[in-house]
Amino acid sequence: MAHTYALRVNGRTTRVTVDDPDMPLLYALRNQVGLRGPQFGCGLGQCGACTVQLGGQAVRSCSVPVSAAAGKPVTTLEGIGDAGRLHPLQQAFIDEQAVQCGYCINGMIMQAKALLERNRSPSDEEIRAALAGNLCRCGTHVRIVRAVKRAASTMA
Amino acid sequence: MDATGMDSPSIDRRTFLLAGGAMVVSFASGASTNAAAAVAAKGHVAPKSLSLSEVDGFLAIGADGRVTVYSGKVDLGTGVRTALMQIAAEELDTPLERIDVVQGDTLLTPDQGATISSVSISRGGVEVRRAAATARAALIEESARRWTLPAASLSTQAGAVVAADGRRLAYGELIGGRQFALKVDAKVRTKDPATYTVVGKPVPRVDIPAIVTGRFEFMHDFRLPGMLHARVVRPPTMRGRLGEVDDSAAKRIPGYVATVRHGNFLAVVARDEWASIRAARALRAEWANWEGLPAMDRLWDEVRRTPVLRDEVTQNVGKAPEVVEKAARTLRATFDFAIHTHGSIGPSCAVAQWTDGNLHCWSASQQTHELRRQLADMFSLPAEQVRCSYIEGSGCYGRNGHEDAAADAALIARSFKQPVRVQWSRADEHVWDPKGPPTLIDYVAALDSLGNVVAWSSEAWIPAGQSVSRATLVAAEHAGMPVDASHPGSVQNHLAIQYRFPNIRSVAHRLAHTPFRPSWIRTPGRMQNTFGNEVFIDELAHATGVDPLMFRIRALDDRRGVEALERVAKLAAWQPRGGPNARGGGSGDVLRGRGVSYVKYELVRTYVAAVAEVEVNRKTGHVRVTRFFVAHDCGQIINPDGLKNQIEGNVVQTASRALFEELRFDRSTVTSRDWATYPILRFPDAPDVVIDLIDRPREAPWGAGEPTAAVVPSAISNAIFDATGVRMRSVPFTPAKLLEGLRRV
Repeated sequence: MAHTYALRVNGRTTRVTVDDPDMPLLYALRNQVGLRGPQFGCGLGQCGACTVQLGGQAVRSCSVPVSAAAGKPVTTLEGIGDAGRLHPLQQAFIDEQAVQCGYCINGMIMQAKALLERNRSPSDEEIRAALAGNLCRCGTHVRIVRAVKRAASTMA
Repeated sequence: MDATGMDSPSIDRRTFLLAGGAMVVSFASGASTNAAAAVAAKGHVAPKSLSLSEVDGFLAIGADGRVTVYSGKVDLGTGVRTALMQIAAEELDTPLERIDVVQGDTLLTPDQGATISSVSISRGGVEVRRAAATARAALIEESARRWTLPAASLSTQAGAVVAADGRRLAYGELIGGRQFALKVDAKVRTKDPATYTVVGKPVPRVDIPAIVTGRFEFMHDFRLPGMLHARVVRPPTMRGRLGEVDDSAAKRIPGYVATVRHGNFLAVVARDEWASIRAARALRAEWANWEGLPAMDRLWDEVRRTPVLRDEVTQNVGKAPEVVEKAARTLRATFDFAIHTHGSIGPSCAVAQWTDGNLHCWSASQQTHELRRQLADMFSLPAEQVRCSYIEGSGCYGRNGHEDAAADAALIARSFKQPVRVQWSRADEHVWDPKGPPTLIDYVAALDSLGNVVAWSSEAWIPAGQSVSRATLVAAEHAGMPVDASHPGSVQNHLAIQYRFPNIRSVAHRLAHTPFRPSWIRTPGRMQNTFGNEVFIDELAHATGVDPLMFRIRALDDRRGVEALERVAKLAAWQPRGGPNARGGGSGDVLRGRGVSYVKYELVRTYVAAVAEVEVNRKTGHVRVTRFFVAHDCGQIINPDGLKNQIEGNVVQTASRALFEELRFDRSTVTSRDWATYPILRFPDAPDVVIDLIDRPREAPWGAGEPTAAVVPSAISNAIFDATGVRMRSVPFTPAKLLEGLRRV
């Protein structure tokens, strides 16, 4: 039986119809809302590539049922800024060139955003601890830490 | 799932222009080429030169003056797209903003070989440079003819030929939309590096703004109208034979379309992605049991006992065996390097479509041209009926599962008119990507009575290779279709050493088989073999009481190599050491140490000298690399910031391999199925990387995608020895191995 949910994504409400209320939010965001920020990495909540903010919390959208996200504000990488109006984290990732293949970067920025919302001037150790659940395979870690630090200083 | 809400088509932004018989692609600035490629799939495109010897193979200039670079080398997240743009912009005197790059499309780009071995700049970049320089000379010639002025009096600037009196002819006016019809001049005079304004500069990567705002189109984001979604159901063992399939439960999943079976290949197709996942889970299949893998705890015995197809002498100087036999003193050591997966963060993904018997496959393959040959073989088709297009994916670090996902998609799509997308699961990637094979090396060195090294000998047990680097396509194997044998990459490289000992012999025992389908992982063989070489060199330095950095310098006859070592010594403020803990590093439970390593990549190119600094907790056995110093000489630098990014990535990724990674398996299959069962390095363990770039603008540009990885495991092992006196000769350097070593010291 089809279920229809009102998803509030990046300030806009999109009605999505699904057959399975347990379908992870990630699939609704990518295939129905048409977003490219959150990525599929593991489907197990282990890598962080799919991270979005749900009700102000950084969550793994591969592990949240779409039914549980209905009605709550969802913010994705697309929603925090764009080319004409970059979020300080996006600007900092550009300034530090903190990208290699870029597949994990959505998760890095969305996780860092949650960190900076509760800690406006994190130390290197605090940044590393906050991102410990986000995997990067290219080895961009050092630049990512620098970018988060730079963003924190520009947001201060 | 609501079919009308499904994936929106992505053919909307760009158009193909046909002018004067040449095809010119016009782009939104900075956009990817994927949708343009999809348009070209319709087949109404004039033939574009794919020749490696023609300017048109590499370059086109539109009437608007935009330059398109056609590159068979692809950007795997290394920044090579931007670097190639810099090279073309420099040689053509055209602003970077007016350069576009089409990469890895068998209909559009010349076959420059797979994107492997760190040769995208040294080969790919140099080929683009020569083509651009030839084009520039031709544009000057043409202007000289029109103006009846001597060519020598003309120059180029901002996409135009300029005369001394200020007259200008824009490239678009001169050639716009037409072919050059010109051979690349292999001896063309390229620009004097002293005049460079774009090459050598830290130009920001052109793709990063789209990536950080979620606008970039990865392979995983690529959608075509009407596209179906498929999941492959792999066997529960590595050699599964498929019996009965019961898809009655799968058929009840809304959106289910079909079950596809070819021999032992099984897949399920649905209208949307989640339905394909649910249907795959609902499929009931009987698989025959198989337990043909070696016991993991006896892996190295198995490797040593594997039948040898042939012995390959990789270096032979003097009479090493005889000298070892008679030596006053010998040192022996055995090294092993575990089986590794590539570990891409995004599991492999591909889309395929059949139209009138022609196959078009989109994937993140690093070898689109080779993939095309493989798919043509698999389906017994002429290669002309197969087109492969590259779209950037999650980093692959060698031949991972991208090509296999492409073959899956092609095989499944053959049953449909619509395009079919295959997305691997996390377990698919961990279990079914081809693996970096196990590497086992024995060393022996002979010292004379004065402590001089008089002989060096190594023998390695590594899988045999074929002439072409490619791995068997899983789908072809499971479906019983034609297959090529797998190739582990040139894993014999760097069994030969650069150090000048009077007698050297190294032999590779090329093995008949290896537990898992082998392929190349980043720095294939060079990483594993350099690990053994550079730790064993350290052992010789220690045995002879010489500082390990000085020992290397004395054994080299190579000015640039020595300079790299001297510069890393300065960068790291290296203090000569005669043995472990000579400087009294660390206190309490935490011991500190430093180790050096060095390589001249494949003995003919990029130099890397490195110093690792580690902290070892002697209670827990945990090793943390705190800082890693690199002096790097790859000749002419195209983009110093992109280069640093690659060096940093090499250090961190390979530190992960050295400290944490080992593929686990039982007698049937891989048991490392996710990031919990195959841990990799996380942020708290990432070292700071300190780099000294040695720029040589007048030398050939070499690569940096791999060389630094070669020195990382040995530098860390040598630092652990410096801290603890324990020699780590087995990758990964787990706490258990370290604690065992500490008990013996």
